[in-house]
Amino acid sequence: MANEQITREEVEHVASLAKLALTDAEADMFTDHLGKIFDIVTTLAEVDTENVKPTYSVTEMQTVLRDDVAVNAQQSEALLNNAPEHQGTLIKVPAILNGGAEG
Amino acid sequence: MDFLHTDIEKLHEQLVNKEITSVDLVKETLANIEQTDAKYDAFLATMSEKALAEAAAIDEAGIDPDNVLSGIPYGIKDNLITKDVTTTAASKILQDFKPIYDATVVSRLREQGAVGVGKLNMDEFAMGSTTETSYYKQTKNAWDQTKVPGGSSGGSAVSVAAGQVPFALGTDTGGSIRQPAAFNGIVGMKPTYGRVSRWGVIAFASSLDQVGVFTRRVKDNATVLAAMAGHDDNDQTSSDQAVPDFAAHLDGDIAGLKIAVPTEYFAAGVDEGVKATVRAGIDKLRELGATVDEVSLPHTKYGVAAYYILASAEASSNLQRFDGIRYSTRPENVKSLEDLYVQTRTQGFGDEVKRRIMLGTYSLSAGSYDAFFKKAAQVRTLMNDDFQKVFADYDLIAAPTAPNVAYDFGANQDDPEVTYMNDVLTIPVNMAGLPGMSVPAGFVDGLPVGMQLIANRYQEETIYRAAYAYEQATRLFEKVPGGKD
Repeated sequence: MANEQITREEVEHVASLAKLALTDAEADMFTDHLGKIFDIVTTLAEVDTENVKPTYSVTEMQTVLRDDVAVNAQQSEALLNNAPEHQGTLIKVPAILNGGAEG
Repeated sequence: MDFLHTDIEKLHEQLVNKEITSVDLVKETLANIEQTDAKYDAFLATMSEKALAEAAAIDEAGIDPDNVLSGIPYGIKDNLITKDVTTTAASKILQDFKPIYDATVVSRLREQGAVGVGKLNMDEFAMGSTTETSYYKQTKNAWDQTKVPGGSSGGSAVSVAAGQVPFALGTDTGGSIRQPAAFNGIVGMKPTYGRVSRWGVIAFASSLDQVGVFTRRVKDNATVLAAMAGHDDNDQTSSDQAVPDFAAHLDGDIAGLKIAVPTEYFAAGVDEGVKATVRAGIDKLRELGATVDEVSLPHTKYGVAAYYILASAEASSNLQRFDGIRYSTRPENVKSLEDLYVQTRTQGFGDEVKRRIMLGTYSLSAGSYDAFFKKAAQVRTLMNDDFQKVFADYDLIAAPTAPNVAYDFGANQDDPEVTYMNDVLTIPVNMAGLPGMSVPAGFVDGLPVGMQLIANRYQEETIYRAAYAYEQATRLFEKVPGGKD
Protein backbone atom coordinates (compact mmCIF):
# COMPACT_ATOMS: atom_id res chain seq x y z
CA MET A 1 0.00 0.00 0.00
CA ALA A 2 2.86 2.40 0.74
CA ASN A 3 3.92 4.43 -2.31
CA GLU A 4 0.94 3.09 -4.18
CA GLN A 5 -0.31 5.42 -6.89
CA ILE A 6 -3.51 5.36 -8.86
CA THR A 7 -3.11 5.26 -12.63
CA ARG A 8 -5.27 6.85 -15.31
CA GLU A 9 -6.33 3.35 -16.42
CA GLU A 10 -7.47 2.52 -12.88
CA VAL A 11 -9.44 5.77 -12.67
CA GLU A 12 -11.17 4.96 -15.95
CA HIS A 13 -11.91 1.42 -14.77
CA VAL A 14 -13.35 2.62 -11.46
CA ALA A 15 -15.45 5.23 -13.28
CA SER A 16 -16.93 2.53 -15.48
CA LEU A 17 -17.73 0.36 -12.43
CA ALA A 18 -19.48 3.38 -10.91
CA LYS A 19 -21.41 4.05 -14.14
CA LEU A 20 -19.71 7.36 -14.81
CA ALA A 21 -18.38 8.54 -18.17
CA LEU A 22 -15.26 10.70 -18.12
CA THR A 23 -13.93 13.00 -20.82
CA ASP A 24 -10.16 12.92 -21.40
CA ALA A 25 -9.74 16.13 -19.45
CA GLU A 26 -11.83 14.74 -16.57
CA ALA A 27 -9.83 11.52 -16.52
CA ASP A 28 -6.66 13.59 -16.16
CA MET A 29 -8.17 15.78 -13.45
CA PHE A 30 -9.53 12.88 -11.39
CA THR A 31 -6.26 10.97 -11.72
CA ASP A 32 -4.48 14.03 -10.31
CA HIS A 33 -7.05 14.57 -7.52
CA LEU A 34 -7.30 10.91 -6.54
CA GLY A 35 -3.50 10.71 -6.57
CA LYS A 36 -3.37 13.55 -4.03
CA ILE A 37 -6.03 11.86 -1.91
CA PHE A 38 -4.04 8.63 -2.11
CA ASP A 39 -1.10 10.49 -0.59
CA ILE A 40 -3.28 10.91 2.50
CA VAL A 41 -5.01 7.54 2.63
CA THR A 42 -1.86 5.50 2.11
CA THR A 43 -0.50 6.85 5.43
CA LEU A 44 -2.74 4.22 7.06
CA ALA A 45 -0.07 1.66 6.15
CA GLU A 46 2.01 3.10 9.03
CA VAL A 47 -0.56 1.96 11.61
CA ASP A 48 -0.08 -1.45 13.18
CA THR A 49 -3.50 -3.10 12.92
CA GLU A 50 -2.38 -6.66 13.59
CA ASN A 51 -5.22 -8.44 15.43
CA VAL A 52 -7.36 -5.28 15.52
CA LYS A 53 -11.03 -5.94 14.79
CA PRO A 54 -12.56 -3.67 12.14
CA THR A 55 -15.39 -1.31 13.18
CA TYR A 56 -18.06 -0.96 10.53
CA SER A 57 -20.72 0.46 12.82
CA VAL A 58 -20.54 2.08 16.25
CA THR A 59 -24.02 1.13 17.34
CA GLU A 60 -24.18 -1.52 20.03
CA MET A 61 -27.52 -2.74 18.79
CA GLN A 62 -28.18 -6.12 17.29
CA THR A 63 -30.47 -6.96 14.40
CA VAL A 64 -33.89 -5.53 15.12
CA LEU A 65 -36.96 -7.48 14.06
CA ARG A 66 -40.47 -6.17 13.57
CA ASP A 67 -43.71 -7.50 12.15
CA ASP A 68 -43.96 -7.17 8.41
CA VAL A 69 -46.96 -4.86 8.25
CA ALA A 70 -47.72 -2.60 5.33
CA VAL A 71 -48.07 1.07 6.26
CA ASN A 72 -48.83 4.04 3.98
CA ALA A 73 -49.45 1.48 1.26
CA GLN A 74 -51.70 3.45 -1.08
CA GLN A 75 -49.07 5.76 -2.49
CA SER A 76 -48.07 4.21 -5.79
CA GLU A 77 -49.41 7.17 -7.77
CA ALA A 78 -47.44 9.67 -5.72
CA LEU A 79 -44.34 7.48 -6.00
CA LEU A 80 -44.68 7.22 -9.77
CA ASN A 81 -44.84 10.99 -10.08
CA ASN A 82 -41.13 11.13 -9.28
CA ALA A 83 -40.28 8.66 -12.04
CA PRO A 84 -39.32 10.30 -15.34
CA GLU A 85 -41.55 7.96 -17.38
CA HIS A 86 -44.30 5.60 -16.35
CA GLN A 87 -47.16 3.69 -17.89
CA GLY A 88 -50.04 2.63 -15.66
CA THR A 89 -48.48 1.52 -12.40
CA LEU A 90 -45.15 0.60 -13.99
CA ILE A 91 -41.95 2.61 -14.47
CA LYS A 92 -40.76 2.63 -18.07
CA VAL A 93 -37.10 1.97 -18.82
CA PRO A 94 -35.19 1.84 -22.10
CA ALA A 95 -34.57 -1.51 -23.77
CA ILE A 96 -32.21 -3.66 -21.72
CA LEU A 97 -30.98 -5.79 -24.58
CA ASN A 98 -30.17 -3.00 -27.04
CA GLY A 99 -31.94 -4.66 -29.95
CA GLY A 100 -30.34 -7.98 -29.12
CA ALA A 101 -26.83 -6.73 -29.86
CA GLU A 102 -25.68 -7.25 -26.27
CA GLY A 103 -26.11 -10.03 -23.87
CA MET B 1 -38.26 40.36 11.81
CA ASP B 2 -34.93 38.77 12.59
CA PHE B 3 -33.97 36.52 15.49
CA LEU B 4 -30.59 37.98 16.40
CA HIS B 5 -31.58 39.28 19.82
CA THR B 6 -34.13 36.77 21.05
CA ASP B 7 -34.43 33.12 21.96
CA ILE B 8 -37.10 30.44 21.71
CA GLU B 9 -38.39 31.00 25.24
CA LYS B 10 -38.97 34.70 24.61
CA LEU B 11 -40.72 33.96 21.32
CA HIS B 12 -42.86 31.40 23.10
CA GLU B 13 -43.86 33.97 25.73
CA GLN B 14 -44.87 36.43 23.00
CA LEU B 15 -46.95 33.73 21.31
CA VAL B 16 -48.62 32.63 24.55
CA ASN B 17 -49.36 36.26 25.51
CA LYS B 18 -50.82 36.82 22.05
CA GLU B 19 -48.40 39.65 21.32
CA ILE B 20 -47.93 37.93 17.99
CA THR B 21 -49.70 35.07 16.23
CA SER B 22 -47.88 32.13 14.70
CA VAL B 23 -49.11 33.24 11.25
CA ASP B 24 -47.63 36.71 11.73
CA LEU B 25 -44.41 35.25 13.05
CA VAL B 26 -44.11 33.00 10.01
CA LYS B 27 -45.05 35.87 7.65
CA GLU B 28 -42.42 38.15 9.15
CA THR B 29 -39.84 35.37 9.04
CA LEU B 30 -40.53 34.79 5.34
CA ALA B 31 -40.47 38.52 4.60
CA ASN B 32 -37.09 38.86 6.31
CA ILE B 33 -35.68 35.88 4.40
CA GLU B 34 -36.96 37.45 1.17
CA GLN B 35 -35.22 40.71 2.10
CA THR B 36 -31.89 39.36 3.37
CA ASP B 37 -31.20 36.22 1.41
CA ALA B 38 -29.83 37.99 -1.66
CA LYS B 39 -26.91 38.79 0.65
CA TYR B 40 -26.43 35.29 2.11
CA ASP B 41 -27.96 32.79 -0.34
CA ALA B 42 -28.67 30.45 2.57
CA PHE B 43 -32.03 29.19 1.29
CA LEU B 44 -32.65 27.00 -1.74
CA ALA B 45 -36.40 27.49 -1.39
CA THR B 46 -38.99 28.72 1.06
CA MET B 47 -42.12 26.69 1.71
CA SER B 48 -44.46 29.60 2.46
CA GLU B 49 -47.79 28.02 1.55
CA LYS B 50 -47.26 24.97 3.71
CA ALA B 51 -45.72 27.01 6.56
CA LEU B 52 -48.59 29.50 6.62
CA ALA B 53 -51.17 26.70 6.60
CA GLU B 54 -49.44 24.98 9.52
CA ALA B 55 -49.14 28.25 11.44
CA ALA B 56 -52.84 29.00 10.84
CA ALA B 57 -53.76 25.58 12.22
CA ILE B 58 -51.65 26.24 15.32
CA ASP B 59 -53.26 29.66 15.89
CA GLU B 60 -56.68 28.05 15.40
CA ALA B 61 -55.96 25.37 18.01
CA GLY B 62 -54.22 27.89 20.29
CA ILE B 63 -50.52 28.03 21.20
CA ASP B 64 -49.69 25.20 23.61
CA PRO B 65 -48.39 26.97 26.74
CA ASP B 66 -46.55 23.82 27.84
CA ASN B 67 -44.78 23.39 24.54
CA VAL B 68 -42.07 25.90 23.84
CA LEU B 69 -41.79 24.96 20.14
CA SER B 70 -45.46 25.59 19.40
CA GLY B 71 -45.64 28.00 16.46
CA ILE B 72 -41.85 28.52 16.18
CA PRO B 73 -40.44 28.75 12.62
CA TYR B 74 -37.26 26.94 11.59
CA GLY B 75 -35.11 25.97 8.61
CA ILE B 76 -34.36 22.52 7.19
CA LYS B 77 -31.18 21.33 5.46
CA ASP B 78 -32.09 20.14 1.99
CA ASN B 79 -30.98 16.54 2.53
CA LEU B 80 -33.87 16.06 4.98
CA ILE B 81 -36.88 15.06 2.98
CA THR B 82 -40.09 17.07 3.20
CA LYS B 83 -43.42 15.80 1.90
CA ASP B 84 -44.48 17.48 -1.36
CA VAL B 85 -41.63 20.00 -1.07
CA THR B 86 -38.79 19.65 -3.58
CA THR B 87 -35.75 18.12 -1.86
CA THR B 88 -32.51 18.17 -3.82
CA ALA B 89 -29.59 17.59 -1.41
CA ALA B 90 -28.17 20.47 -3.53
CA SER B 91 -27.66 18.03 -6.42
CA LYS B 92 -28.76 18.47 -10.01
CA ILE B 93 -29.75 14.81 -10.06
CA LEU B 94 -32.61 15.51 -7.61
CA GLN B 95 -33.78 18.84 -9.03
CA ASP B 96 -37.35 17.60 -9.51
CA PHE B 97 -37.60 15.23 -6.55
CA LYS B 98 -40.77 15.67 -4.47
CA PRO B 99 -40.71 13.28 -1.50
CA ILE B 100 -43.93 11.54 -0.52
CA TYR B 101 -43.25 11.55 3.22
CA ASP B 102 -41.41 13.61 5.84
CA ALA B 103 -38.14 12.75 7.56
CA THR B 104 -38.81 11.64 11.16
CA VAL B 105 -37.09 14.75 12.54
CA VAL B 106 -39.42 16.95 10.50
CA SER B 107 -42.58 15.08 11.49
CA ARG B 108 -41.56 15.04 15.17
CA LEU B 109 -40.91 18.78 15.19
CA ARG B 110 -44.24 19.36 13.45
CA GLU B 111 -45.99 17.32 16.16
CA GLN B 112 -44.44 19.76 18.64
CA GLY B 113 -45.78 22.68 16.61
CA ALA B 114 -42.54 23.87 15.00
CA VAL B 115 -43.09 25.26 11.49
CA GLY B 116 -40.58 24.53 8.72
CA VAL B 117 -40.22 27.65 6.56
CA GLY B 118 -37.64 26.61 3.98
CA LYS B 119 -34.93 24.32 2.64
CA LEU B 120 -31.30 25.28 3.20
CA ASN B 121 -28.31 25.13 0.90
CA MET B 122 -25.52 22.61 1.47
CA ASP B 123 -22.66 20.86 -0.27
CA GLU B 124 -23.99 18.38 -2.83
CA PHE B 125 -25.07 15.25 -0.92
CA ALA B 126 -23.30 16.81 2.11
CA MET B 127 -19.89 16.21 0.52
CA GLY B 128 -17.74 19.22 1.26
CA SER B 129 -16.70 21.68 3.95
CA THR B 130 -17.54 25.00 2.27
CA THR B 131 -21.02 24.59 0.69
CA GLU B 132 -19.28 25.40 -2.61
CA THR B 133 -20.16 22.01 -4.13
CA SER B 134 -23.88 22.91 -4.19
CA TYR B 135 -25.20 22.71 -7.77
CA TYR B 136 -27.48 25.69 -7.11
CA LYS B 137 -25.82 28.58 -5.29
CA GLN B 138 -22.94 29.81 -3.19
CA THR B 139 -23.92 30.56 0.42
CA LYS B 140 -21.93 33.38 2.04
CA ASN B 141 -20.56 33.56 5.57
CA ALA B 142 -22.83 35.53 7.91
CA TRP B 143 -19.92 37.67 9.18
CA ASP B 144 -18.11 38.37 5.93
CA GLN B 145 -19.72 37.65 2.59
CA THR B 146 -16.36 37.20 0.88
CA LYS B 147 -15.70 34.10 3.04
CA VAL B 148 -17.05 30.56 2.85
CA PRO B 149 -19.80 29.63 5.33
CA GLY B 150 -18.23 26.26 6.04
CA GLY B 151 -20.08 23.08 5.25
CA SER B 152 -21.66 20.92 4.43
CA SER B 153 -24.55 22.49 6.39
CA GLY B 154 -23.52 26.01 5.33
CA GLY B 155 -27.05 27.25 4.62
CA SER B 156 -28.30 26.05 8.01
CA ALA B 157 -25.47 27.75 9.91
CA VAL B 158 -25.78 31.06 8.05
CA SER B 159 -29.59 31.18 8.36
CA VAL B 160 -29.28 30.99 12.16
CA ALA B 161 -26.20 33.23 12.46
CA ALA B 162 -27.85 35.91 10.29
CA GLY B 163 -31.04 35.73 12.36
CA GLN B 164 -33.26 34.47 9.54
CA VAL B 165 -34.63 31.60 11.68
CA PRO B 166 -34.47 30.83 15.43
CA PHE B 167 -33.09 27.37 14.70
CA ALA B 168 -32.17 25.10 11.81
CA LEU B 169 -31.51 21.42 11.27
CA GLY B 170 -28.33 20.10 9.72
CA THR B 171 -26.52 16.80 9.34
CA ASP B 172 -22.98 15.94 10.40
CA THR B 173 -21.03 13.09 8.81
CA GLY B 174 -17.47 14.39 9.35
CA GLY B 175 -18.04 17.81 10.90
CA SER B 176 -20.82 19.26 8.74
CA ILE B 177 -22.66 20.82 11.70
CA ARG B 178 -19.78 21.75 14.00
CA GLN B 179 -17.46 23.36 11.45
CA PRO B 180 -20.05 25.71 9.85
CA ALA B 181 -21.32 26.54 13.37
CA ALA B 182 -17.74 27.52 14.26
CA PHE B 183 -17.30 29.54 11.04
CA ASN B 184 -20.51 31.49 11.75
CA GLY B 185 -20.20 31.97 15.52
CA ILE B 186 -23.18 29.89 16.65
CA VAL B 187 -23.97 26.70 18.57
CA GLY B 188 -23.98 23.50 16.50
CA MET B 189 -24.69 20.10 18.06
CA LYS B 190 -23.99 16.72 16.50
CA PRO B 191 -25.66 14.17 18.81
CA THR B 192 -24.51 10.62 19.57
CA TYR B 193 -24.82 8.28 16.59
CA GLY B 194 -28.21 6.61 17.15
CA ARG B 195 -29.67 9.44 19.23
CA VAL B 196 -31.71 10.85 16.34
CA SER B 197 -33.53 8.93 13.62
CA ARG B 198 -31.99 8.98 10.15
CA TRP B 199 -35.30 8.04 8.52
CA GLY B 200 -35.78 10.48 5.66
CA VAL B 201 -32.18 11.69 5.65
CA ILE B 202 -30.73 11.35 2.15
CA ALA B 203 -27.91 8.99 3.01
CA PHE B 204 -24.25 9.92 2.51
CA ALA B 205 -22.36 7.57 4.87
CA SER B 206 -24.85 5.62 6.94
CA SER B 207 -22.50 4.60 9.76
CA LEU B 208 -21.47 8.25 10.32
CA ASP B 209 -24.47 10.47 9.39
CA GLN B 210 -26.39 12.10 12.21
CA VAL B 211 -28.97 14.92 12.30
CA GLY B 212 -28.36 17.84 14.66
CA VAL B 213 -29.30 21.38 15.55
CA PHE B 214 -28.03 24.94 14.95
CA THR B 215 -29.05 27.72 17.35
CA ARG B 216 -27.65 30.99 18.66
CA ARG B 217 -28.15 29.86 22.26
CA VAL B 218 -27.26 26.66 24.11
CA LYS B 219 -30.59 26.17 25.86
CA ASP B 220 -32.54 26.50 22.60
CA ASN B 221 -30.31 23.83 21.14
CA ALA B 222 -31.02 21.47 24.04
CA THR B 223 -34.76 22.07 23.69
CA VAL B 224 -34.87 21.26 19.99
CA LEU B 225 -32.68 18.16 20.28
CA ALA B 226 -34.85 16.75 23.07
CA ALA B 227 -37.94 17.30 20.90
CA MET B 228 -36.66 15.23 18.00
CA ALA B 229 -34.42 12.59 19.62
CA GLY B 230 -35.34 9.04 20.56
CA HIS B 231 -36.06 5.66 19.04
CA ASP B 232 -37.83 5.41 15.70
CA ASP B 233 -39.16 2.10 14.40
CA ASN B 234 -38.17 3.21 10.91
CA ASP B 235 -34.45 3.44 11.77
CA GLN B 236 -32.91 0.28 13.17
CA THR B 237 -29.82 2.19 14.29
CA SER B 238 -31.83 4.68 16.36
CA SER B 239 -31.31 3.96 20.02
CA ASP B 240 -33.97 3.09 22.58
CA GLN B 241 -31.98 4.88 25.31
CA ALA B 242 -34.19 7.28 27.25
CA VAL B 243 -33.92 10.90 26.09
CA PRO B 244 -33.25 13.23 29.03
CA ASP B 245 -34.72 16.73 29.09
CA PHE B 246 -31.44 18.25 27.96
CA ALA B 247 -32.55 21.79 28.86
CA ALA B 248 -33.67 20.93 32.40
CA HIS B 249 -30.43 21.09 34.35
CA LEU B 250 -28.64 24.02 32.80
CA ASP B 251 -27.66 25.92 35.93
CA GLY B 252 -24.17 27.17 35.07
CA ASP B 253 -22.55 24.93 37.69
CA ILE B 254 -19.66 22.85 36.35
CA ALA B 255 -17.65 22.56 39.58
CA GLY B 256 -15.63 19.35 39.55
CA LEU B 257 -16.20 18.62 35.85
CA LYS B 258 -13.15 16.75 34.54
CA ILE B 259 -12.02 18.09 31.20
CA ALA B 260 -9.38 16.52 28.95
CA VAL B 261 -7.50 18.54 26.35
CA PRO B 262 -5.95 16.39 23.60
CA THR B 263 -2.46 17.54 22.61
CA GLU B 264 -3.02 16.39 19.00
CA TYR B 265 -5.84 18.93 18.54
CA PHE B 266 -3.34 21.76 19.04
CA ALA B 267 -0.79 20.35 16.61
CA ALA B 268 0.94 22.05 13.71
CA GLY B 269 -1.56 23.14 11.08
CA VAL B 270 -3.91 24.67 13.62
CA ASP B 271 -3.92 28.47 13.34
CA GLU B 272 -2.14 30.21 16.24
CA GLY B 273 -5.03 32.62 16.76
CA VAL B 274 -7.50 29.73 16.91
CA LYS B 275 -5.27 27.91 19.41
CA ALA B 276 -4.98 30.98 21.66
CA THR B 277 -8.75 31.65 21.53
CA VAL B 278 -9.64 28.07 22.44
CA ARG B 279 -6.93 27.93 25.14
CA ALA B 280 -8.55 31.03 26.67
CA GLY B 281 -11.92 29.29 26.45
CA ILE B 282 -10.56 26.28 28.30
CA ASP B 283 -9.08 28.60 30.96
CA LYS B 284 -12.56 30.04 31.41
CA LEU B 285 -13.96 26.54 31.98
CA ARG B 286 -11.28 26.04 34.62
CA GLU B 287 -12.22 29.34 36.29
CA LEU B 288 -15.79 28.07 36.39
CA GLY B 289 -14.68 25.10 38.47
CA ALA B 290 -13.65 22.41 35.99
CA THR B 291 -10.36 20.57 36.26
CA VAL B 292 -8.27 20.43 33.10
CA ASP B 293 -5.55 17.96 32.05
CA GLU B 294 -3.68 17.34 28.83
CA VAL B 295 -4.28 13.91 27.28
CA SER B 296 -3.34 12.11 24.08
CA LEU B 297 -5.55 10.75 21.28
CA PRO B 298 -2.66 9.20 19.36
CA HIS B 299 -4.53 8.08 16.23
CA THR B 300 -6.03 11.51 15.51
CA LYS B 301 -3.76 12.15 12.51
CA TYR B 302 -5.01 9.01 10.75
CA GLY B 303 -8.68 10.03 11.10
CA VAL B 304 -8.88 11.91 7.82
CA ALA B 305 -7.44 8.99 5.83
CA ALA B 306 -9.66 6.38 7.48
CA TYR B 307 -12.72 8.62 7.22
CA TYR B 308 -12.34 9.38 3.52
CA ILE B 309 -12.08 5.69 2.74
CA LEU B 310 -15.04 4.60 4.88
CA ALA B 311 -17.32 7.55 4.11
CA SER B 312 -16.60 7.34 0.38
CA ALA B 313 -17.12 3.58 0.34
CA GLU B 314 -20.50 3.97 2.03
CA ALA B 315 -21.36 6.86 -0.29
CA SER B 316 -20.50 4.87 -3.41
CA SER B 317 -22.95 2.24 -2.22
CA ASN B 318 -25.69 4.66 -1.07
CA LEU B 319 -25.55 6.69 -4.27
CA GLN B 320 -26.07 3.64 -6.49
CA ARG B 321 -29.80 4.33 -6.17
CA PHE B 322 -29.46 7.41 -8.39
CA ASP B 323 -29.76 5.59 -11.67
CA GLY B 324 -32.34 7.66 -13.56
CA ILE B 325 -35.18 5.20 -13.15
CA ARG B 326 -37.25 6.19 -10.14
CA TYR B 327 -36.31 9.87 -9.88
CA SER B 328 -34.43 12.64 -11.69
CA THR B 329 -34.78 14.07 -15.15
CA ARG B 330 -34.14 11.48 -17.86
CA PRO B 331 -31.41 12.43 -20.34
CA GLU B 332 -32.43 12.63 -24.00
CA ASN B 333 -31.34 10.18 -26.69
CA VAL B 334 -30.68 7.31 -24.32
CA LYS B 335 -29.77 4.18 -26.25
CA SER B 336 -30.03 1.46 -23.63
CA LEU B 337 -30.55 0.86 -19.93
CA GLU B 338 -26.78 0.94 -19.36
CA ASP B 339 -26.58 4.20 -21.26
CA LEU B 340 -29.40 5.59 -19.09
CA TYR B 341 -27.45 4.83 -15.92
CA VAL B 342 -24.24 6.34 -17.23
CA GLN B 343 -25.76 9.47 -18.74
CA THR B 344 -28.00 10.18 -15.74
CA ARG B 345 -25.12 9.89 -13.27
CA THR B 346 -22.54 11.63 -15.45
CA GLN B 347 -24.84 14.63 -16.04
CA GLY B 348 -26.44 14.62 -12.59
CA PHE B 349 -23.49 14.44 -10.17
CA GLY B 350 -20.90 17.16 -9.59
CA ASP B 351 -17.15 16.61 -9.51
CA GLU B 352 -16.80 16.23 -5.72
CA VAL B 353 -19.50 13.56 -5.63
CA LYS B 354 -17.90 11.73 -8.56
CA ARG B 355 -14.51 11.90 -6.84
CA ARG B 356 -15.89 10.29 -3.70
CA ILE B 357 -17.89 7.67 -5.57
CA MET B 358 -14.71 6.69 -7.42
CA LEU B 359 -12.56 6.63 -4.26
CA GLY B 360 -15.23 4.53 -2.55
CA THR B 361 -15.63 2.17 -5.48
CA TYR B 362 -11.86 1.71 -5.60
CA SER B 363 -11.66 1.04 -1.83
CA LEU B 364 -14.30 -1.66 -2.06
CA SER B 365 -12.97 -3.35 -5.17
CA ALA B 366 -11.24 -6.72 -5.10
CA GLY B 367 -7.52 -6.22 -4.54
CA SER B 368 -7.98 -2.98 -2.59
CA TYR B 369 -10.52 -4.06 -0.01
CA ASP B 370 -8.07 -5.28 2.67
CA ALA B 371 -5.54 -2.50 2.24
CA PHE B 372 -8.17 0.25 2.12
CA PHE B 373 -11.65 -0.52 3.45
CA LYS B 374 -10.75 -3.08 6.11
CA LYS B 375 -7.61 -1.21 7.14
CA ALA B 376 -9.62 1.99 7.60
CA ALA B 377 -12.20 0.13 9.69
CA GLN B 378 -9.41 -1.22 11.90
CA VAL B 379 -8.00 2.28 12.38
CA ARG B 380 -11.53 3.32 13.34
CA THR B 381 -11.39 0.76 16.17
CA LEU B 382 -8.11 2.26 17.39
CA MET B 383 -9.63 5.75 17.33
CA ASN B 384 -12.61 4.52 19.38
CA ASP B 385 -10.21 2.93 21.86
CA ASP B 386 -8.30 6.22 22.18
CA PHE B 387 -11.52 7.98 23.18
CA GLN B 388 -12.65 5.26 25.57
CA LYS B 389 -9.33 5.43 27.42
CA VAL B 390 -9.82 9.17 27.93
CA PHE B 391 -13.47 8.85 28.95
CA ALA B 392 -12.53 6.29 31.61
CA ASP B 393 -11.09 9.26 33.56
CA TYR B 394 -12.75 12.37 32.12
CA ASP B 395 -16.25 13.77 31.52
CA LEU B 396 -15.53 15.99 28.57
CA ILE B 397 -12.96 16.77 25.89
CA ALA B 398 -12.36 20.40 24.89
CA ALA B 399 -10.51 21.41 21.71
CA PRO B 400 -10.75 23.66 18.66
CA THR B 401 -13.58 22.79 16.23
CA ALA B 402 -11.63 23.66 13.07
CA PRO B 403 -7.96 24.41 12.40
CA ASN B 404 -8.79 27.87 11.04
CA VAL B 405 -11.46 30.53 10.67
CA ALA B 406 -13.56 30.97 7.51
CA TYR B 407 -11.46 31.48 4.38
CA ASP B 408 -11.90 32.84 0.85
CA PHE B 409 -14.06 31.16 -1.78
CA GLY B 410 -12.19 28.89 -4.17
CA ALA B 411 -9.17 28.72 -1.85
CA ASN B 412 -8.65 24.97 -2.15
CA GLN B 413 -10.30 24.29 -5.47
CA ASP B 414 -7.52 22.24 -7.03
CA ASP B 415 -6.34 20.61 -3.85
CA PRO B 416 -9.04 18.38 -2.42
CA GLU B 417 -6.55 17.05 0.11
CA VAL B 418 -6.16 20.51 1.68
CA THR B 419 -9.92 20.79 2.14
CA TYR B 420 -10.06 17.23 3.48
CA MET B 421 -7.35 17.96 6.07
CA ASN B 422 -9.53 20.80 7.39
CA ASP B 423 -11.82 18.15 8.85
CA VAL B 424 -9.07 16.57 10.99
CA LEU B 425 -10.53 17.88 14.28
CA THR B 426 -14.18 16.99 13.63
CA ILE B 427 -13.90 13.57 11.95
CA PRO B 428 -12.84 11.54 15.02
CA VAL B 429 -16.16 12.26 16.77
CA ASN B 430 -18.10 10.73 13.87
CA MET B 431 -15.76 7.76 13.65
CA ALA B 432 -16.47 6.97 17.32
CA GLY B 433 -20.18 7.89 17.19
CA LEU B 434 -19.77 10.47 19.96
CA PRO B 435 -21.76 13.64 20.60
CA GLY B 436 -19.87 16.85 19.80
CA MET B 437 -20.73 20.53 19.84
CA SER B 438 -19.15 23.70 18.57
CA VAL B 439 -19.77 26.64 20.88
CA PRO B 440 -18.65 30.22 20.08
CA ALA B 441 -15.29 30.99 21.73
CA GLY B 442 -14.25 34.34 20.27
CA PHE B 443 -12.86 35.91 17.11
CA VAL B 444 -9.68 36.00 15.04
CA ASP B 445 -9.46 38.88 12.53
CA GLY B 446 -13.17 39.54 13.03
CA LEU B 447 -14.16 35.98 12.15
CA PRO B 448 -15.68 33.55 14.67
CA VAL B 449 -13.78 30.72 16.35
CA GLY B 450 -15.52 27.63 17.74
CA MET B 451 -14.59 25.53 20.75
CA GLN B 452 -15.47 21.88 20.38
CA LEU B 453 -16.88 19.96 23.36
CA ILE B 454 -16.97 16.17 23.08
CA ALA B 455 -18.52 13.68 25.50
CA ASN B 456 -18.93 9.92 25.68
CA ARG B 457 -21.84 8.24 23.91
CA TYR B 458 -25.28 9.43 25.11
CA GLN B 459 -23.72 12.07 27.39
CA GLU B 460 -25.09 15.10 25.51
CA GLU B 461 -26.23 16.49 28.87
CA THR B 462 -22.63 16.95 29.96
CA ILE B 463 -21.90 18.96 26.83
CA TYR B 464 -24.99 21.13 27.25
CA ARG B 465 -24.19 21.83 30.91
CA ALA B 466 -20.63 22.89 30.15
CA ALA B 467 -21.59 24.88 27.05
CA TYR B 468 -24.34 26.68 28.94
CA ALA B 469 -22.03 27.64 31.80
CA TYR B 470 -19.47 28.86 29.27
CA GLU B 471 -22.04 30.80 27.24
CA GLN B 472 -23.42 32.53 30.34
CA ALA B 473 -19.92 33.46 31.48
CA THR B 474 -18.80 34.82 28.10
CA ARG B 475 -22.09 36.09 26.61
CA LEU B 476 -20.56 35.94 23.13
CA PHE B 477 -24.07 35.63 21.65
CA GLU B 478 -24.49 39.36 22.26
CA LYS B 479 -22.11 40.04 19.38
CA VAL B 480 -23.98 39.67 16.11
CA PRO B 481 -22.94 39.85 12.44
CA GLY B 482 -22.87 43.40 11.13
CA GLY B 483 -23.38 44.75 14.66
CA LYS B 484 -21.06 46.81 16.80
CA ASP B 485 -18.87 45.34 19.56
